[in-house]
Amino acid sequence: MTALTADRVGPPKPLATAAHGEKGLRSMAFLIALWLCLAFGILVLAVLLVTTFLDGRERMDSGLFTNYTSQIAPETAGARAAILGTAWVILTTALMAIPIGVAAASYLEEFASRTSRFARFVELNVQNLAAVPAIIYGMLAAAAAVAVGIPRNTVIAGGIALALLILPVVIVATREALRAVPQEIRQASLALGASPMQTLSRQTLPAAVPGIATGTILALSRAMGEAAPLLLLGGLVFVKFDPNGFLSGFTTMPIQIFDWAARSQVEFQQLAASASILLLVLVIVLNGLAIVIRNKYSAAR
Amino acid sequence: MSDPGHPVDLSALAADDPNPHAGDPTVNTTATVTTRTPEAIQAGRIDPVERPRAVLGCTDVSVYYGDFRAVNEVTMDIGVHEITALIGPSGCGKSTVLRSLNRMNDLIPGTRVTGTISYHGQDIYAKDVDPIEVRRRIGMVFQKPNPFPKSIYDNVAYGPKVTGMKTSNMDDVVEESLRGAALWDEVKDKLKQSAYGLSGGQQQRLCIARTIAVKPEVILMDEPCSALDPIATARIEDLMMELKKDYTIVIVTHNMQQAARVADRTAFFTAEAAEGNGDRTGHLVEFDLTSKIFSNPGDNRTEDYISGRFG
Repeated sequence: MTALTADRVGPPKPLATAAHGEKGLRSMAFLIALWLCLAFGILVLAVLLVTTFLDGRERMDSGLFTNYTSQIAPETAGARAAILGTAWVILTTALMAIPIGVAAASYLEEFASRTSRFARFVELNVQNLAAVPAIIYGMLAAAAAVAVGIPRNTVIAGGIALALLILPVVIVATREALRAVPQEIRQASLALGASPMQTLSRQTLPAAVPGIATGTILALSRAMGEAAPLLLLGGLVFVKFDPNGFLSGFTTMPIQIFDWAARSQVEFQQLAASASILLLVLVIVLNGLAIVIRNKYSAAR
Repeated sequence: MSDPGHPVDLSALAADDPNPHAGDPTVNTTATVTTRTPEAIQAGRIDPVERPRAVLGCTDVSVYYGDFRAVNEVTMDIGVHEITALIGPSGCGKSTVLRSLNRMNDLIPGTRVTGTISYHGQDIYAKDVDPIEVRRRIGMVFQKPNPFPKSIYDNVAYGPKVTGMKTSNMDDVVEESLRGAALWDEVKDKLKQSAYGLSGGQQQRLCIARTIAVKPEVILMDEPCSALDPIATARIEDLMMELKKDYTIVIVTHNMQQAARVADRTAFFTAEAAEGNGDRTGHLVEFDLTSKIFSNPGDNRTEDYISGRFG
C-alpha cells in the first residue's frame, strides 16, 4: 500500500476546472445552435401544416369522401376515386413487397454464407435498388405490364412500381430487425433439435416482427405519397368510378392533388389542399400504427 | 439414427436396462471410458475397474476454425450416467470440444472437425447423419440463460413441438420437465407468464427443463453457472446430481470446486503455442476419475492448474 500513497503529497487536484465545465460558454453556444436547428425544422413543418389547413378547411366535408372529381363542377368535386385507388394500390404494394422483402432479407441474413458470391451479388443489387430514382420504377413497371399484355394504367402495374420502390427499404429494415435478435435465441432453438427453417419461422421472425412492421409501414406510407412512377404509368386523373380489382384503372391521392393543383379555379386549389390534409392524416395514422405495433410487441417480451 | 422420426426415450431405456443396446449391432458395446493417451496407458493410470459403457467417444478429434487449429487430437470417452467435467484455462478448447459433441459448431462458418466422434458407435459427422437429429439426442445448456421471449409453458413445449414428439398431453410433458428441473413448485402458478420475469437461476433451470423436455440422452452444459450467484449455482449442482440418474452430462466449467463437487470424471485441457506461428492450440492433458485428478494427478501441468499455480 505504501507504493500507492507515497507520491501523493498535499491535497489532490480539483476535479472540475472552469475551462471544461459543462456550463461553459462554448457548450452553451453549441446547445443554442442545436435548439435553433430544431426550431427551424418544426417551424417549417408548422407553416406547411397551417397554410395547407387554412387553404383546405372549407372543403373538408363529406363530399370530399363521397363525390367523384368533376371537370365542370369544381364546387362539388371530391376525392372518392383517389382515396379508394390509393387503398387498392397500397394493398397491392404490400402484398408484393412484404413477402418478397422478408424472404430476401431472411435468406441474406440467416442462410446465405457471408462469403458466397451470389449473396454478395444480391446485396449489391439491393443497395443499388435503393438508389434508383422513383420514376425509373414507373418505366420498369410499364414495360413489365406491356410485356405480359395488361394495360399499364392498372392497379397491378402501380403496385409493382411501388413495391419495387420500397423493396430495398423493407429488405434493409427486415435485416436490421433480424440482426437485432440475439444469437442465443437461434442457438437455443437449434440445440433443441429445431431445423433452421423452424428456428426462423418460430423464433427469429416472430422476435423481429416489431422491427419489420415498423420499417414496412413507414415504407408503405412513403409509397402512399409517391406520384412520379404512377404518373409515368399513366395513372388516370379523371376517374369517375371505384376501382374494383387488380386490373382496374385507378387514380391515387398524390396524382389527384397534382392534377387539381395545376388547375386555375380556386375551388380546385382548395380541393387540392384538403386532399393533402387527408393524405397527411393517413400518413400520420400509418406511422402511429407502426409505433403502436412496436410498443405492443416490446411490452409483450 | 435408425428411426429419425420418432425420438425414442433413450434415457428411460438406459435407466431400466443395464445394457439396452446388446442386440443392436451398430452399437459398440465394448467401448470403455479410458484416457487413451499413450502416457496415461504407460503410467497405468487407467482404472481397471471403473469402465462403464461409453455414450460418446472422441478419437483423435481436432477442430479447426478456418486454418487455425483450435484443438488438437483429443481422445476421450463419455461414460453413461456420469458427469464428465472439462476444465482448463481460457482458450484451451474445452468449449470447442463440447460444441463439437452435438455439432453446434457447425453453425460457425469455417469450422472443420477431423477424427471421429461417435455416439453409440455411430460417427456423428458421417455424411448421412442429420445434425438436427444429433442435437435432438444430445441437448445443450448455454453459459448465459437464454429462454425464448415466450411464456414459461411455451419455452418448455417448444422442443417437443418442433421435434414432432408424439405427446398425448403437452401439459404433462411441461409439468414433468419442470419437475425434472426442480422448477415446478416455483412456477406452477405462472406458467403463462413471460420467462423473462424469472430470476437468472430460475431461467437457467427453465433452460434445463426445456432441454430435458425433448428427452435427450446426453446434456452438454457450457459453463451453466458462470452467470449465477452461489445459491443458484448450488441449486443447479444439486439438479445435476439428480439428472445424472437419467441423463449423461458433460459440463465445461471454470470453477474447479464445481468440477470436484459434481463430476465423476474430469478432463484437463491446456493450450500451448505452436512452434511455427505461435497459434495456441488446445489439447487434452489428462482425463481420469475426478478424485484422481484432484488428489493425485498424473501430469505436472494438471497439478499446477488445480493448485492455482497457473490459468
